Amino acid sequence: MRSGHGRDGAAVTTDPGTALRVLGVSKTYPGASDPALDGVDLTLHRGETLAVLGPSGSGKSTLLRAIAGLETLDAGSIAFSDPDARLAVVFQSPALFPWLSVRRNIALGGRYRRNRDRFDDERVGELLEILGLSHLAHTPVQELSGGQAQRVSVGRALAVRPDVLLLDEPFSALDPATREDLQQWLRQLTTDLGLTVFLVTHDVAEAMALGDRIGFFAGPRGFRQQWVPSQDGTTAGQILATYRGTDDEAGTWEI
Amino acid sequence: MRRTSRSAPESTRTDPDAARSSDGVGSTASGDNGPGAHGSRATSRASSRGRATRGAERSAAVAWGAFGVLVSVAVWWVFTHAAAGGSTMIAAFRPEQLPDAVGSLLERGVVLQDAATSLWRLLGGLLLATVLGVPLGLVIGSWQRVRWASAPVVQFLRMVSPLSWAPVAVALFGVGSAPVLFLVAAAAVWPIALNTAAGVAALDPAHLRVARTLGATPFERLRTVVLPSIRPHVMTGVRLALGISWVVLVPAEMLGVSTGLGYEILNARDRLAYDEMLVVILAIGLLGIALDALAQVLLRERVVRT
Repeated sequence: MRSGHGRDGAAVTTDPGTALRVLGVSKTYPGASDPALDGVDLTLHRGETLAVLGPSGSGKSTLLRAIAGLETLDAGSIAFSDPDARLAVVFQSPALFPWLSVRRNIALGGRYRRNRDRFDDERVGELLEILGLSHLAHTPVQELSGGQAQRVSVGRALAVRPDVLLLDEPFSALDPATREDLQQWLRQLTTDLGLTVFLVTHDVAEAMALGDRIGFFAGPRGFRQQWVPSQDGTTAGQILATYRGTDDEAGTWEI
Repeated sequence: MRRTSRSAPESTRTDPDAARSSDGVGSTASGDNGPGAHGSRATSRASSRGRATRGAERSAAVAWGAFGVLVSVAVWWVFTHAAAGGSTMIAAFRPEQLPDAVGSLLERGVVLQDAATSLWRLLGGLLLATVLGVPLGLVIGSWQRVRWASAPVVQFLRMVSPLSWAPVAVALFGVGSAPVLFLVAAAAVWPIALNTAAGVAALDPAHLRVARTLGATPFERLRTVVLPSIRPHVMTGVRLALGISWVVLVPAEMLGVSTGLGYEILNARDRLAYDEMLVVILAIGLLGIALDALAQVLLRERVVRT
């Protein structure tokens, strides 16, 4: 049904170091005159965090939704290393289920047949501990703070042991202090668990804090530049130059 | 932003009250039992001072309620004495006739059995209406085109008193309990279906998206997202339907059956036992109050599963 989507067995990459490849993906929303995505290419390596940085409306969220299988593609393909690759998404709004406790929200994925083989109660307990949420296990989610709720949302995604974790502006709705805390927390988590993460953000600091690699998503045609963040601040300067359109070096369309 | 995303689910939870009043039939059936049934969580989190105020308000409401009952009994007494004149019928309605009438009804041993029969028919009709109404509401609420297509017909059927179908019901189902069940179900199905549809329309798309990205099949989404989400709406619909059904049941029992509270009213009239008729009317009203109170407790929003 989803044309070219790897999980339907259409395309599988053979390189073991690659988690997924996006090839020539195009998408025009019905009724829109301009495409949201127009031949976008990228490769996501296993165990890395790719931060996709770009201004609002550049189509980076559409790209994430396409990878998540939430959009049908007009052209191109998304190929996973494993035809059974499992994804999980964390959105800007945690969208926790208010009729379930923290523990049951995290255990949600286990109620779906698809995840049974990777799921058990012990796993949920472990996860609560890793996430630092054990003391809140039986709390109704209405009583959580914003940061806690988003941590539960990340836990719900991790509980299904995703091969790729997709994060769509996960901390944008939080206050700056909480946001910074959660960025550090997530960085630690991705390193400890060796997660493969595809992060979409418009926040340069967030991309710097979380990305092993930062791709600048400029518009429908995709990536104009990529960086591996350095500690000395030169990357930030380059990123800002690209943001302002003063970077002559820019011009890469595939990362 | 965080606040809005947090309060969003709660506002959908209290929504059924809005849905009920916009339903158009709410005012006839729901009485004054208001949003309390769905505000339980908010209440439990209220400050102790708020709780004290609410407690004081509640006792005041009970006291004034008792006062209102006394006043109406007094008016009843005055009216049946002053206006009776030579009418034996009105004289039979005097409050002081009640104990004797209750005694004679109980002696005949029918009234409890009639009440049980009526309650059984009520529950049967409600069950039928729920079994039909919830899937109907799910279908209407899930597809915009079905909503559009069904709106004129549903509005039409809702506005036709279920009792209008009585001759049809008797022709279709013969005499006995079956046509009564049909009429009760015909009255109860609309509030249940429409509230269910409103619940589906109020679903948080983010919840569905989360389930989808975790790999839920459509049936799993129905089970883990849709049904728990619409539960408060469905409960509101059932409670509304209960009130309507009770009102419809009594006249429905005046047709083709020889048991039930509705039948007992006609029976008392035919025997010119107006005092007994009054007792049956009182029993109908009191049972209705009790049913609604019971429904409030049974259908109260479930606490969060931990």
